[in-house]
Amino acid sequence: MSLTASVLEGNRLALARLLTQVENNTPEGREALSELFPYTGKAHLIGVTGAPGTGKSSLVNQLARFFRQQEEDTQSTDLTRRVGIVAVDPSSPFTGGAILGDRVRMRDLAGDSGVFIRSMASRGSLGGLAHTTGGIVQALDAAGFEVILIETVGAGQAEVDIARLAHTTLVVEAPGLGDDIQAIKAGILEIADILVINKADRPGVESTERALRSMLQLAYPVSHIFLNHEKLHHGLNPEFTNQSGETIITDKMIWNPPIVKTIATEGNGVRDLASLISQHYEFLQKTGEWERRELARLQSELNSLLQETLVDRWKSSIAPEEYELVLQSLFRHDISPWQAVEVLLSGMKK
Amino acid sequence: MSERRIRVLIAKPGLDGHDRGAKVVARALRDAGMEVIYTGLRQTPEMIAESALQEDVDVIGLSILSGAHMALVPRVFDLLKQNKQENVKVFVGGIIPDEDVSKLLEMGVVGVYGPGTLTDDIVKDIEQKVRSRSKTN
Repeated sequence: MSLTASVLEGNRLALARLLTQVENNTPEGREALSELFPYTGKAHLIGVTGAPGTGKSSLVNQLARFFRQQEEDTQSTDLTRRVGIVAVDPSSPFTGGAILGDRVRMRDLAGDSGVFIRSMASRGSLGGLAHTTGGIVQALDAAGFEVILIETVGAGQAEVDIARLAHTTLVVEAPGLGDDIQAIKAGILEIADILVINKADRPGVESTERALRSMLQLAYPVSHIFLNHEKLHHGLNPEFTNQSGETIITDKMIWNPPIVKTIATEGNGVRDLASLISQHYEFLQKTGEWERRELARLQSELNSLLQETLVDRWKSSIAPEEYELVLQSLFRHDISPWQAVEVLLSGMKK
Repeated sequence: MSERRIRVLIAKPGLDGHDRGAKVVARALRDAGMEVIYTGLRQTPEMIAESALQEDVDVIGLSILSGAHMALVPRVFDLLKQNKQENVKVFVGGIIPDEDVSKLLEMGVVGVYGPGTLTDDIVKDIEQKVRSRSKTN
């Protein structure tokens, strides 16, 4: 049986081996991804990012546990969903080696066959993910994992690739990491669909919350001026609730990133966070934002593959000696960098 | 472009809490360019085999200082066999009495590294054993 057929049948060893092929970007891995592509696009991709040590792995652990628990409320018809986890940790820029330590926080998930955890090293990629993380996620999606949690490397301010990959992005903060000037900087806070203040039992949680809330007010001024603050904590804005308080989602809705406080090591706030995640999912589905994000994601994947492939083709079209000659004339200032590019590309058009 | 790196799982089965050695070895393997999945303390053989499967590792390093190696190591081998992962190389570090070393090696452990082993030797040993594996594959 082929690798992809075994993966589709739910064979975990086949899946693990496929993920290795995909991660190493082998021809077999690429071929398998093409075969699996028709089976993808169903999973809810949830990104988890934030600074090192804010508790991303612990939160992922708690969320996965929550998704896996049968709802105690018997009225809920929701079946427990299978959860895939992709956890990225940094590679050493010097040796290429890596310590992938996210599993240490995920031991509660051991023994659950509805969970599949894969650690990966960033391998020189700087956006918070590895180059092949998207492919790994696609393979898990095809293998039938309905929820996929993607944990980035400990991200500083500009590692925002996750927002392009995930449908719902959680940015995890912890008290004491920065004042209000950090909160108004561009970058990681802007990509949040849900802001999580983890370690909410630590001192300074009020000021962190205040800084984030004022940042949000600047980002979404209209809704904050005209709408009731209390309900904004729940993500959806209250204009769209009917008399009995039920939410009506329309395509005119704006998503105001809500703030939720959690203590991941104890599981506090995880239920609230999970309910915000499903609200965001509903929002994406009903407003057409889901399709828009899918399209944007596929477009960015297509573009980067195009670039990669063109560069590879160009490399095979030119002899190293020719390249060296052009480099030398550039070095002697005989030609400019732009002229060098013209010369080097001229071979490709033939 | 494809890139193949040696993936290693470092785990501490059993109940002792001395993970210094495991961390030193993990760090040394990282510095040798390997990708090391570190799972932390008090892992059961089942947890270790499950992690090894999901992560599709080439090598498992077990750090045992509790004296329970003769119970834990065979269990890990059984589970690897059940999971059709017999090709994964297993090495053991920690406090292992001399008379048990040869027993572990007979079981299929590729190396037993006690106190005082140079991390460079561990790295070379693992690199060589994994390479001999990829030849036969």
